[in-house]
Amino acid sequence: MISLAQLLTLSGVLFALAVAGVFLNRKNVILLLMCVELLLLAANFNFIAFSRYLNDVNGQVFVFFILTVAAAESAIGLAILVVLFRERRTINVEDLNTLKG
Amino acid sequence: MNPMVLVLIPLLPLLAAIVAGLGGRLIGRAGAHWVTCVAVAISCALSLLVLKQSFLDGAPTYDAAVYRWLLSDGMSIDVGFLIDRLTALMIAVVTFVSLCVHVYTVGYMADDPGYTRFFSYISLFTFSMLMLVMANNFMQLFFGWEAVGMVSYLLIGFWYTRPSATFAALKAFIVNRIGDFGFILGIAGVAWYTHSLAYRDAFAAAPQLAQALLPLGPNSNVGALTLICVCLFVGAMGKSAQVPLHVWLPDSMEGPTPISALIHAATMVTAGIFMVARMSPLFEYSDAALSFVLVIGAITAFFMGLLGVVANDIKRVIAYSTLSQLGYMTVALGVSAYGAAIFHLMTHAFFKALLFLAAGSVIIAMHHEQDMRRMGGLAKYLPVTAVTCWIGALALVGTPFFSGFYSKDAIIEAVHESHRFGAGFAYLCVLGGVFVTALYTFRLLFLTFHGPERFRSAHAADAEAPDGHAAGHADGHAAPPHESPAVVTVPLIALAIPSLVIGAFTARAVLFGGYYGKSILVLPANDVLGRLAADFGGPVRFALHGLIAPPFVLALAGAVTAWACFLRRPEWADEAARRARLLYTVLTHKYGFDWLYERVVAALTRGIGIGLWKGGDEGLIDGAMVNGTAATVGWFGGLVRRVQSGYLYSYAFWMMIGLAVLLGWYLTHA
Repeated sequence: MISLAQLLTLSGVLFALAVAGVFLNRKNVILLLMCVELLLLAANFNFIAFSRYLNDVNGQVFVFFILTVAAAESAIGLAILVVLFRERRTINVEDLNTLKG
Repeated sequence: MNPMVLVLIPLLPLLAAIVAGLGGRLIGRAGAHWVTCVAVAISCALSLLVLKQSFLDGAPTYDAAVYRWLLSDGMSIDVGFLIDRLTALMIAVVTFVSLCVHVYTVGYMADDPGYTRFFSYISLFTFSMLMLVMANNFMQLFFGWEAVGMVSYLLIGFWYTRPSATFAALKAFIVNRIGDFGFILGIAGVAWYTHSLAYRDAFAAAPQLAQALLPLGPNSNVGALTLICVCLFVGAMGKSAQVPLHVWLPDSMEGPTPISALIHAATMVTAGIFMVARMSPLFEYSDAALSFVLVIGAITAFFMGLLGVVANDIKRVIAYSTLSQLGYMTVALGVSAYGAAIFHLMTHAFFKALLFLAAGSVIIAMHHEQDMRRMGGLAKYLPVTAVTCWIGALALVGTPFFSGFYSKDAIIEAVHESHRFGAGFAYLCVLGGVFVTALYTFRLLFLTFHGPERFRSAHAADAEAPDGHAAGHADGHAAPPHESPAVVTVPLIALAIPSLVIGAFTARAVLFGGYYGKSILVLPANDVLGRLAADFGGPVRFALHGLIAPPFVLALAGAVTAWACFLRRPEWADEAARRARLLYTVLTHKYGFDWLYERVVAALTRGIGIGLWKGGDEGLIDGAMVNGTAATVGWFGGLVRRVQSGYLYSYAFWMMIGLAVLLGWYLTHA
């Protein structure tokens, strides 16, 4: 039997990796999107772990919602990405810095 | 007394001033002088009527408000009139001299482009002066006080294209402002203690006020009444040009001559004298304030007269003479001889206005040349002017039987009689002043009307004319000077008559006869005039006695000195100037007052002003506070904007850091 602590640790590691990906990735916007997916997955992992631990099915229901939202978000993200590429001819993160003071 | 008449007296000149001032273009030059002259003439007639009612018919004192302007915290500010014999005398003098000057102006300003403006101003001045004199409360007095000051400013700067005139106008205005500051403090003191602005309340409270003490420091007190009186007198020092606030009066001669006669000799400058006499119920209870008045007056009487001896501009000599005579009046106030002060004010108004108008007539004849060194021998060409000027001059030096003799001799005797602190010094000053008066007066007469005719040769060297405008008239000097027109000479004669006789006629009544009744209060202990009255013995005996008294001997000595130094042996005067070089230099520099004020006081004030402007306003308020706030915000923004790199990952990083900090804080503290 996998303990709750192990599950949470896995989720934490996953989350940390995703965050590191967001920070450290200086090249590709697609990678950013993937990291965001990973963040959501880490959150899902927490939900499932607690659902099991507390014997409450609500947590798993929530996971479905989150997956749906994540899918929608990825779709929008990719769409933006396509538009962005058409506009700027690049998806390099280093070049996308017009949002500054 | 009919209030309607009283209202009309000041109101008519005001209406005329408005008509001439605003409608000058419409009614033309003749219209302007007719409307103002007629208004002032009616006003003068009504004033004489009031004088008759008050003096001959014994009408009771009129003291009532005709209009309430405002009521604030129980203190009412009214337009009201206090008509007693003092006021009646003043309004008669003011309107009479004003009328003479109005008529004279028709001739003097005949070819001036500002003709209608000028008439509007002098009518406005008459209105202001009447409001001042007729007031029954301090606020109206202050209104009149400021209004005459403003008109004086306008008229000194009448020829506003001349830089010297605008400078003189500003100088007069600013120096008067300093005096007025003291004056308004005095009024504020009265209002503070009596909670009323009416004269009668202040006068009624004077004996109690004399007991009140005002703490100055931890261990020193000053009498409230003394402080109030000194403050009020500071106002009088500004208006009546007493040392050290006298500097504006000689410069005010930049204005047209009728103005010098009306405002700067006969009426406005005597407002301070009138005011102190009017406030006699206050001043009487403060010996210290009266001593202050006495000493200031004595200094002015003697030392300003000396300046007249070295001045060369004919109008300036008369201006210094005015200063000196105002000093005499102030001395009289200082020894509680208010009656003598007002009497001298009246006689002085006539003979000094006469002297100024005569000087103006000379100036017209000389085509606006004012330097006496370029005149001489004019008596032949200007007989009427010369005779009237002689009458004015003899009155001024105090020749027995002339009007000035009675008033000046009464002052000198009163000072001799007084035991107030400073009276000894004042006696020396006024006696010395008699000699000096005679010296400069006869110097003026001899240089202008007698001796060699210097105006022909002098103008060969026109290039060195100091005031520049002589050059334009160079061609006009070929013809000999000729007498002025009737509008100029008639006022001269009209003023010469009272200068000659009014003293003898009114001396007994005005000086010793209790003319003023209750309008002037003199405490029995201070009543020097009352003590003199016993020795008076009629105007003729008084005058005969005057023939052997020291003042007349001194005057005679002055006249002889002037004759010797300026007519018989002109080289003696130069010799004297060479011998007493230091004294001469001090006198030609007017004791350095102008230097002190312009170079030290004004420069210091300007320095402080510039300091406050550059340092306080531009530096602190604009720089540090207004722009400083903006700059700090901008600087901080510049610092913070570096955080806004535009890179998504850094935003996400900071969000994460923030979240971590928040969570960390939450977990450790909650």
